[in-house]
Amino acid sequence: MVESDTASNVITLQAVSKRYNNETVLHDVNLEIQSGECIVLVGHNGAGKTSLLKLMLGLTRPSSGSVEVLGRNPAFSAAVAQRLALGYLPESVAFYEAMTGREVLTFYAQLKAVNASECEKLLALVGLGDAAKRRVGTYSKGMRQRLGLAQAMLGNPQLLFLDEPTTGLDPVLRQHFYELIDGLQKEGATSIISSHALNEVEARASRFVILKEGGVVASGTLDELYKQATLPVHVKVIVKPGEASNVAGRMGAGVTISEVNNQSFSLSCFKEEKMPIIRHISSLGEVVHDMQIMPPRLDELYTHFMNGDA
Amino acid sequence: MKLLWTLALKEIRDGMRNRWIAAAIVLLGILALALSLLGSAPTGSVNVSDLDITVISLASLSVYLIPLIALMLSFDALVGEFERGTMMLLLTYPVTRWQVIIGKFLGHLLILFIAIFAGYGGAILIMMLLGGSMEGWQSYSMMMLSSLLLGAVFIALGYLVSVLVKERATAAGTAIGLWLLFVVMYDLLLFGALLIDKGQLIGQQLFAMLMLVSPTDSYRIFNLSMFEGVSQAAGIAGLASEAGMSGTLLLTVMLLWVVVPLATTLLVFQRREL
Repeated sequence: MVESDTASNVITLQAVSKRYNNETVLHDVNLEIQSGECIVLVGHNGAGKTSLLKLMLGLTRPSSGSVEVLGRNPAFSAAVAQRLALGYLPESVAFYEAMTGREVLTFYAQLKAVNASECEKLLALVGLGDAAKRRVGTYSKGMRQRLGLAQAMLGNPQLLFLDEPTTGLDPVLRQHFYELIDGLQKEGATSIISSHALNEVEARASRFVILKEGGVVASGTLDELYKQATLPVHVKVIVKPGEASNVAGRMGAGVTISEVNNQSFSLSCFKEEKMPIIRHISSLGEVVHDMQIMPPRLDELYTHFMNGDA
Repeated sequence: MKLLWTLALKEIRDGMRNRWIAAAIVLLGILALALSLLGSAPTGSVNVSDLDITVISLASLSVYLIPLIALMLSFDALVGEFERGTMMLLLTYPVTRWQVIIGKFLGHLLILFIAIFAGYGGAILIMMLLGGSMEGWQSYSMMMLSSLLLGAVFIALGYLVSVLVKERATAAGTAIGLWLLFVVMYDLLLFGALLIDKGQLIGQQLFAMLMLVSPTDSYRIFNLSMFEGVSQAAGIAGLASEAGMSGTLLLTVMLLWVVVPLATTLLVFQRREL
C-alpha cells in the first residue's frame, strides 16, 4: 500500500472486526474510499451493511482493527467537529414525533450551525414545503424519508451515509431522490449508500462492495465484478423456421444450448468464447435471421457472489 | 454553549407541547394556594407567620410531589431516544455525548424551575393580593430553591435509570420503585429499625447520618429547621443544629445527589454503543 494513497482516502478501514457479545457481525473488513466516490454496499439483511455504516459514523467502536474517517477515529470526541461535514440518513429514520417538520429540521440545523434559511430551501427541495408546519407524527413513511434526506443534506456535507435510502418511496420519489443525491455528488461529495435495490444504484455507483455474513466477498467497479464473477453471456439466435435444432446442433463445444423451439434457441457461453461463437453463427449464412446478445444481469452477479462460489 | 441551549430548548418545547409544564404549574399552584389558605387557620401561637406554616405543609407535600414530577420528566429522556432511534441520528451531529446529557438536564431543570416558581410563586402572589402577610418570605423562597434542588436530584436519578435499562417500560417501573424507596420506604425502614433497636446500636449521631444520606430527608430537615419561625412551628426547634447539620451541609448532600448520578450517567453513556 502506497503511503500517499492512504492520505487521500476519505475513509480507511483496516482489518476491522465487530462483535456483539459472541456474535461476529463484521470480520476483517478492509476498505478504502476516496474523495468523490459513490460506494454502494450490497448484501442481504444482516450482512453487516448497517454495522459498517455505524462504525464509520463513530456510533460504535470496532472490536479490532482501525477506522479512520477524514483522518480521524470517528468514535473519539475529537472527531466531533468533523461531523459538520457529514450527513447521515439512517434506515427507517425516526424523528421527534411531537415536533413539526420545520422544527425538526431547524433543530438539526442549529446543531450544525446552519442558517435557518437553508432549512426552508431544503424543505422545498424535498417537497415538504406545505407539510412543514405539520407534526412529524402525522407524516407518511415517504415524507419521513424525505425529511430524513433533508436533514442529511444540511450544510452541504462532504460525506453522505445513506442506509437503504429509497425504502418506502414510490418510483417517482425515488427518481427525485437520486437526482438530489446526484446534485451533491456533482459538488464533490463522497457518498456511501447501502442498498439492495441494485438496478437503482447501478448507474451512479463508482464502486460496489458486496458483503456477506460480515465479510467483504467482492468489491470493485461493475466491470471488475463481472470479470471476477466469470458469468456466462446469453445469446438468443433466431433462425429460419424449422431449422432451430439443426443449427443448434452445429454450435460446437463450450456452449450450453437451451430453449430450443421451432425457429429460435438460446445459448450461453463464457466471455472468451463469445466472439468465436458469434463469428461462427454469422458464417452460417441466410439460415440465421437474427441474434440477441444479453450480457449478465446485475442480479445474476449478485446471486453469484451471494451463493458463495466467488 | 449555544449547542447546550439548543438541546435544552428542545426539551422545554417538548414540555410545553405535551402540557407537562402547564399541568405541573397548576398542580403545584393549587396545592400551595390551598395549603396557605387552610394553613392560616391554626395560627394561634406566637411568632409564627402564615408563610412559615405554609412552608411546613408545602415542604412536606413537595417531598412527595417534586421527585415524582422530576422522575416523570426524566425516566424516558435517554431510553426513549434509544428505543425510537432518535439518539442515533442525534449523535451523528456535531454534539458530544456530555453535551447531550447536560443539555437535556438544563432543559428539564428549567421546566421544573418554571413549574415551581410559577406554581408556588403564583400562589404567594395571590395570597398577597388577598391581603396575606409577607413575613417569612425568606423561608418560603428557600423552600422554592431547595425544591428545585430536590427536583434536580431526581432528574439526575431518572437519567441514571434511563441510561441503565434496556426498555422504556422497565425505566418507568424502576423510576416508580426509586420514588417509593426514597420518598416512602427509606423513612419507614429507618424508623422501623429505630423502634426495634430501642437506641442500643443506633445513637443520635448514626441516626443523624442516616437521615442525612437521604436527599428527601435532607430536604425536609433543611426546610423544617433552618428558619427559626418554621422550626418553632414544626416543633423541631434546634433539632438539626444539635445533630450538627448546617444548612450548607444539607444542601451539599443534595448537590452530591445531583452530581454523582449525573456523572455516572455520563460515564455509562460514553461507553454505550448504538
